[in-house]
Amino acid sequence: MAGMIQRIEMKGIVKRFPGVLACDRVDFDLCAGEVHALLGENGAGKSTLMKMLYGMYPIDEGAIFIDGVERRFRSPADALDAGIGMIHQHFMLVPTMTVAQNVALGQKSSKGFVLDLDRVTERICQLSADYGLKVNPHDLVGHLSVGEQQRVEIIKALSHGASVIILDEPTAVLTPQEVDDLFVVLRKMVHEGHGLVFISHKLHEVTALCDRITVLRDGRRMGTRPAAGVQRNELIKMMVGRELKALEHRGYTPGIERLSIRDLRASGDRGVETIAGINLAVQAGEILGIAGVSGNGQLELAECLIGVRKADSGNILLNGADVAGMSLNERISRGMAIIPEERMRDGAVNDFSVLENVFLHDHKDKAFRQGIFLDFKKMAVHAGKLVHDFAVKTPSLETPIKNLSGGNIQKLIMARELSRKPTVLIAAQPTRGVDIGASEYIHQRLLVQRDAGMAILLISEDLDELYELSDRIAVMYEGQIMGIFARQDTDIQTLGLLMAGIKPGDSPKAGSLIAACED
Amino acid sequence: MRIRLPRTTSTDHEHGKGDWFEFMLRTSFPFLGVFAALFISAFVLLLLKTNPIVAYGAMLQGAFGSINGLSQSLVKATPLLLVGLGVCIAFKASVINVGGEGQIILGSIAGTWMALTFPDLPKVVLIPACMTAGFLAGAFWGFIPGMLKARFKVNEILSTIMMNSIALQLLNFLLQGPMMDPEGIKAGTFLAQSARLPESAWLARLVPRTMLHSGVYVALAFAVAVYIFLWRTTIGYQIRAVGLNPQASHYSGINVPFNQMLSLTLAGGLSGLAGVIEVMGVHRRILEGLTGGYGFTGIVAALLGSLHPLGVVPASVLFGGLLVGANTMQRAVQIPSALINAILGLIVLFVSGSALWIHQIIKKRKTATMVVSPTKETQA
Repeated sequence: MAGMIQRIEMKGIVKRFPGVLACDRVDFDLCAGEVHALLGENGAGKSTLMKMLYGMYPIDEGAIFIDGVERRFRSPADALDAGIGMIHQHFMLVPTMTVAQNVALGQKSSKGFVLDLDRVTERICQLSADYGLKVNPHDLVGHLSVGEQQRVEIIKALSHGASVIILDEPTAVLTPQEVDDLFVVLRKMVHEGHGLVFISHKLHEVTALCDRITVLRDGRRMGTRPAAGVQRNELIKMMVGRELKALEHRGYTPGIERLSIRDLRASGDRGVETIAGINLAVQAGEILGIAGVSGNGQLELAECLIGVRKADSGNILLNGADVAGMSLNERISRGMAIIPEERMRDGAVNDFSVLENVFLHDHKDKAFRQGIFLDFKKMAVHAGKLVHDFAVKTPSLETPIKNLSGGNIQKLIMARELSRKPTVLIAAQPTRGVDIGASEYIHQRLLVQRDAGMAILLISEDLDELYELSDRIAVMYEGQIMGIFARQDTDIQTLGLLMAGIKPGDSPKAGSLIAACED
Repeated sequence: MRIRLPRTTSTDHEHGKGDWFEFMLRTSFPFLGVFAALFISAFVLLLLKTNPIVAYGAMLQGAFGSINGLSQSLVKATPLLLVGLGVCIAFKASVINVGGEGQIILGSIAGTWMALTFPDLPKVVLIPACMTAGFLAGAFWGFIPGMLKARFKVNEILSTIMMNSIALQLLNFLLQGPMMDPEGIKAGTFLAQSARLPESAWLARLVPRTMLHSGVYVALAFAVAVYIFLWRTTIGYQIRAVGLNPQASHYSGINVPFNQMLSLTLAGGLSGLAGVIEVMGVHRRILEGLTGGYGFTGIVAALLGSLHPLGVVPASVLFGGLLVGANTMQRAVQIPSALINAILGLIVLFVSGSALWIHQIIKKRKTATMVVSPTKETQA
């Protein structure tokens, strides 16, 4: 085990990928005992920069100095030996093994070829006590909650002797309370002299936890600020390159009921009931937000509503008519539209051009065909109009859609769905993985549609997004609606507890006991 | 990782150039695969103490060196092209049609039946009628595995192969019984073949003293038709969408199983057409061994043509030539026929292998060119 690293410096780091300069002469440094945030939009180069520090990517230009000595890591094993660990967005754990077995993976056993699990278990208990990382070494990882799995990852890194730990968007999968718990642990680690890199695009987390903030944009370092006293607007401006317009949320005047879901039940892909009796209604001119940690039935709900998944029972009333037994095409023609969660899987055909992707549903429309032949002229006019109206950045209509950025693909999908003038729109994770500029645009469009009288069901894991857009927010947990609130009547704390499945009054000491309750 | 697109006209030009290079690679590599296979085979020929130059010379000469050879190559290319076009359609829907053999048989049976049942119809009516019958019978033979896939998710590779066996047994039964040539029965030869078709069902021979028949025009017309079908019609659009992303197609209300079934049905129809044309153009009766392996070789021709209807045209001519030339080579240098099959097998291996290779090369090349202009992109 290496001694504690005092200072890491990355100087003039350059990394090229096909089509992008992922890092352009970036400087970065980290001292022991601090949390240094890397802030930036998706694709700004945050993860790439850190993956180079962790030895996952070779550096094209520039150098890394650890305590003043230049180091080159050829693999994560090298970086681990030097005392640098990384917690990835997607955990690298074996679900069928216990916590102790997972931690033992990749470590030299004190008994040579014989696995010394007792020693590992001992170490886990010690680390868990030192840092407040509550885990049971004998639990199967597959049975743990996401928050607990993350703790296992942290223990894994610590037991490898990492003195510097890189956390790649660690809060993306957590409920607000789990985030609080994580921050407690992280502060403790800093207190013990560890250096932490915290990758995020969430401003409030960064300002709450970190000591210094470095902002990246398009692979360049835009500046480093001390977190204390930094202005939120300044950070946004550094991230996006301009100030964001405040969203205009006009008065809430809901109209007639457009979509009504009554006691809906449906099963997931594994045949287990994932929607367990849902009742919801969305009115014209309103955005109903669905909050929840992913995997609690939101995906299945969206699929049931549009008709790609069969409901086991219950009714779906679209403009007064029960569409539960109808085909997807019938639902679309009756005014339903969807922005699917998995946009590259369900929303677009990668190898099709922009033009072809616009007509995935509408190619059958008489306006765009002559007999069985596609009318490319009319199609091009329509697609061109959508591309223009929604400011989709594409070299041409013939460009394969896979060459567009996530934000532009999402804008195109949104343009396509809205062009049919639906009365009910299901927007599932409309801005996930989308850059701030595009997501701001998408938000504005959603509000414009709401004001024009559309009924919108907004499924999101991003609480900020839900707060900004929704008129009412429903919380979904294990296929059920835990509660529905008007936006102004609730707060993040209440929502967070409900997202973790705890109803107010369930537990007197709610908050600190989330991990315990999740089992 | 976000990919920034070049937006200036100059970079658009580069983009176009890249596509051109990619196109050249994609079209030329299958042929380079053929050459590589022949190169390897040359060593085998040397082991057999045969001069490969002489052997390949004989092959080339036999396939394309004379009017006779060329005609024969085109005769073989015709069914390969039709089967290959069907394979293309199926493949665009991500369905693999290995049932060409059976579909050819069904097509030839139906066409023969039509011609023998209505011998008095005028040529202009009978020939299209026979072709339609052959197409429909082959389509039916493709529809069955298509339906099984759509309804019960039965793997089409297995079911189409099994349909081949059924068709073969059906043909054997018909040729030994109901369809056996009455002349043969009278003469006591009992050959497993049908009666000769009426002359009004014969396809015109294009070159005197060769087998080259007008069916080659039909096949070429279908190559263009399939191209238009796939890229210009709503049904073709659906088939391609289903093949490229069944999930997104489903999400957009496109009936995925139906389109898979349809593509197999059309593939069957084209193979059936190949069968009836082979009967009307070459043998003028249906007989045992009529398929000549076209149902399988057609798949290779389709692969060789990069699964593009217009690419299959040269590919099937080349493969037709290889089949003819291999025969000539065998006669010229006295090598065992098993070796000919081995060489053809090598070609298949190299061609399908090269597809993978090009893919990697294009990927690498894109990596290389993209890196050249990073500053332009960040400014854009």
